[in-house]
Amino acid sequence: MNAAIKREASRTRQLCTFVLADLHFGIEVTNVQEVIRYQEMTAVPLASAVVRGLINLRGQIVTAIDMRARLGFPERSSADLPMNVVIRTTDGIVSLLVDEIGDVVEVDERSYERAPETLATRCRDLVPGVYKVDGPLLLLLDAERIAALGTTAGRKVDPS
Amino acid sequence: MTDDDELLREFLLESSENLNQLDRDFVALEKNPTDRALIGAIFRSVHTIKGTSGFFGYGKLESLTHAGESLLCRLRDGMMVNDAEITSALLAMVDGVRRILASIEENGTEGDEDHGPMIADLARIMQAREGGPVDANPARAVAATIPPLVPSPVRVSVIPRRASIGPAAASLHPRGGSLLPRGASIAPKLTAPVVPKLVMPPDPDHVVPAPKPAVVPVPPPPPVEASVEKDEHVAPKTAVADATIRVDVGLLDRVMNLVGELVLARNQIMQFGASSKDASFVNASQRLNLLTTELQEGVMKTRMQPIGNVWSKFPRVVRDLALACGKRVTLELDGPETELDRTIIEAIKDPLTHAVRNAVDHGLETPEKRRAAGKSEVGTLLLRAYHEGGQVNIEVSDDGGGLDLARIRARALERGLVTADRATRMSDREVADLVFHPGFSTAEKVSNVSGRGVGMDVVKTNIEKIGGTVDLGSRPGHGTTLKIKIPLTLAIIPALIVTCVAALPGGGETTNRFAIPQVNLLELVRLEGAQARRGIESIHGTTVYRLRGNLLPLVFLPKALELGAVERETDVVNIVVLQADDRQFGLVVDGILDTEEIVVKPLGKELKGITSFAGATIMGDGRVALILDVLGIAQRANVVSGARERALVDKNAHAKREAEAKEALLVFQVGHDTRMATPLSMVARLEEIAVDAVERAAGRDVVQYRGEILPLIALGAEIMGEARKSHEKPLQVIVYTERGRSVGFVVEQILDVVEESVVVKNRGAREGILGSLVVQGKVTDLLDVHGVIRRVDPTFFDHEAA
Repeated sequence: MNAAIKREASRTRQLCTFVLADLHFGIEVTNVQEVIRYQEMTAVPLASAVVRGLINLRGQIVTAIDMRARLGFPERSSADLPMNVVIRTTDGIVSLLVDEIGDVVEVDERSYERAPETLATRCRDLVPGVYKVDGPLLLLLDAERIAALGTTAGRKVDPS
Repeated sequence: MTDDDELLREFLLESSENLNQLDRDFVALEKNPTDRALIGAIFRSVHTIKGTSGFFGYGKLESLTHAGESLLCRLRDGMMVNDAEITSALLAMVDGVRRILASIEENGTEGDEDHGPMIADLARIMQAREGGPVDANPARAVAATIPPLVPSPVRVSVIPRRASIGPAAASLHPRGGSLLPRGASIAPKLTAPVVPKLVMPPDPDHVVPAPKPAVVPVPPPPPVEASVEKDEHVAPKTAVADATIRVDVGLLDRVMNLVGELVLARNQIMQFGASSKDASFVNASQRLNLLTTELQEGVMKTRMQPIGNVWSKFPRVVRDLALACGKRVTLELDGPETELDRTIIEAIKDPLTHAVRNAVDHGLETPEKRRAAGKSEVGTLLLRAYHEGGQVNIEVSDDGGGLDLARIRARALERGLVTADRATRMSDREVADLVFHPGFSTAEKVSNVSGRGVGMDVVKTNIEKIGGTVDLGSRPGHGTTLKIKIPLTLAIIPALIVTCVAALPGGGETTNRFAIPQVNLLELVRLEGAQARRGIESIHGTTVYRLRGNLLPLVFLPKALELGAVERETDVVNIVVLQADDRQFGLVVDGILDTEEIVVKPLGKELKGITSFAGATIMGDGRVALILDVLGIAQRANVVSGARERALVDKNAHAKREAEAKEALLVFQVGHDTRMATPLSMVARLEEIAVDAVERAAGRDVVQYRGEILPLIALGAEIMGEARKSHEKPLQVIVYTERGRSVGFVVEQILDVVEESVVVKNRGAREGILGSLVVQGKVTDLLDVHGVIRRVDPTFFDHEAA
């Protein structure tokens, strides 16, 4: 238990929430540019499996990242169309594909707890902690980390 | 007072330009110290700055420029001749002026720098050269030394904004000191020389009376003395100045973006138009199409700048650097009119500057070393720029000592950049590339010129950031060349749209669209049926197509993009012949659509690592399509060698080409069955000589031939040790002549004259043979003409024929 957080004066923050594989996630609302319904995507060959494709966002081309794949969850059924949560990172804009969009909720910092060590590594990179609110646990997502995809297929082959 | 701010801004802008021009002019003057027109132009520039500084009340600026002006006066009047010391002092003044202007721009003050030493230096030079007393105090000296005329109008021009100058001139009050440069008036940018109506009295204290408002172009005062400068020198300048205007860069960028969006909208309209039956709509959309294309072209042009703008600073940089390093350098500029997009120019400014500095500091040797190496003492630094294959090529070459590969290897080892094992195995090319490694520098001492070891890697990074490549080539003892290639990425490009069918993971198939930049496109080939089956062959595991005799390696797009292959019943093969970096290959696609103009949008950072795509675009139907990176695809498919190998391949190809230069060879038989050849250029004549014409003289076979005695050498016996086959057939003789003396080589049979590339292998394996080569598919020995002759008659070449 992080005593420091407990001792802090009560602070709240606002999170934009969504549902993914029956889990509830939240992203700092200031990082979220907009939330829109399913958009037709153009697949990107050779890209990491996590990249579902590119969408046309009012003339801007935005990469759509499938959050199920990103977090290591099973694929959604082809009948279900994902929604888009468009977020801002230091490197630009990226769209997160999620199952359902939730509300903007206000959470109290006192209810924050760091993610347990037992959480899968992949998740732990992206989910620094959880908020214990009324209802299901709200997992905090690190917006910056999401877009850092690491190696992608098709990287230039060094001839040496 | 925005009028004043505007005035000041213009002053700063124009002075900055003047200073840049002064840099160039001073360097040029150093080379041509007696160029009077140049001195005049320089004098005017400095005088202008001085005058305007007085107008604004910038005392320090005025003093400094005054000191320079005095010196220039001497030069102009022929009382002194320009030399390196004077040039350096004047350039120092230019830098001082720059610093003052920078300070003015930043906070409105002239700054704290004390120019006393600089002014004293200028005065000292004047005194030393001339022996006369010099008044270093500007205020008193002005009236005495400066001729009371201003041949050129002050270029801080109020005029373009309003018609009448009069009120403006009158309303600006003097701020300490006299309002205007003595005896001058603020004159407008003239479009033509105007007959002066006012005669200005040469009175330093006289404030110019305001001309009547109705007089729009206030003419410059006529020269009081008949001096060198004439108004005609000035007028052409102003005429050119009128044809251009200054535009804020941000505004241009906004316009560019808007045009980009307009292109997208135009594309959408065109889609509707294509399927519309409404004639008037179709007409209107066609017109829109045309207008948009022209608008786009025009806007593109505004962003293009000649690379000469960047190069214009280099004469001074090179001069100062050469002086500092004790070297002598000539700078040559080839292709300054080559145009580049503004953003590219910004990106290459620093890399180019560093490359130039490097060349002077490290590449070129000192005059002593050069002399010792048999080169001229003055080194040459050549900057070249040209367009080629959709790219801009920029080269920085010097004729210095080339890269010291051994030292580079050693230094890299020292710094732990490579293991000892790797160091020995590295090719020359790889060693040269070490120079681009961060933290690498072979400079013995870190001067503030270069040698800090942070240069070349930054050069490489900056160039690669804009999608370009850098290459360092060198010839030991002869020089080094830095080659930069940058793609001309413009935001809107014409592209060919192709389709590719892919299998979907869940079953079924989908058609993907891709855009191929037209700049890479050579031609389209469509093969049907039998043609298709026959034309495509597989060689060593590579699929190729024979295109007009040349083998074209093929890349199948679905495979290149790792899309699931789809079994298709189709007879048709579409090949898009592409060019990437001097190599050609064919891209096999499923379908070919139209050529369209597309707006190139960059892919997000998360996708930047995928080399097969150059970006993406939004098609007319609003869907996204990926733009193929032709070079990336080619490299990934191993159809062209990687970037690093490129130059090596070039070099090899070039060497090969040189070696492959064909030569005419005379092929003949020697002895029983040995084939030999000699360049036809060596053959004077071919003769057939009757056996009984051969006589003996001095122990050798000779024959009387054309009035002289021709010694004969039987090659069969000489080289092969074989006797002649028949003693009756006439002798076949190849006559070789040098310096008036001739020799006849007796051979068994003349076979042929062929054109072959002379690639000699197996040199000097035998006496009398230079080596072997393959001629007409057979191994043929190359005759060592001189060797054989010398063996038979060592003194042959000692005498000259009478």
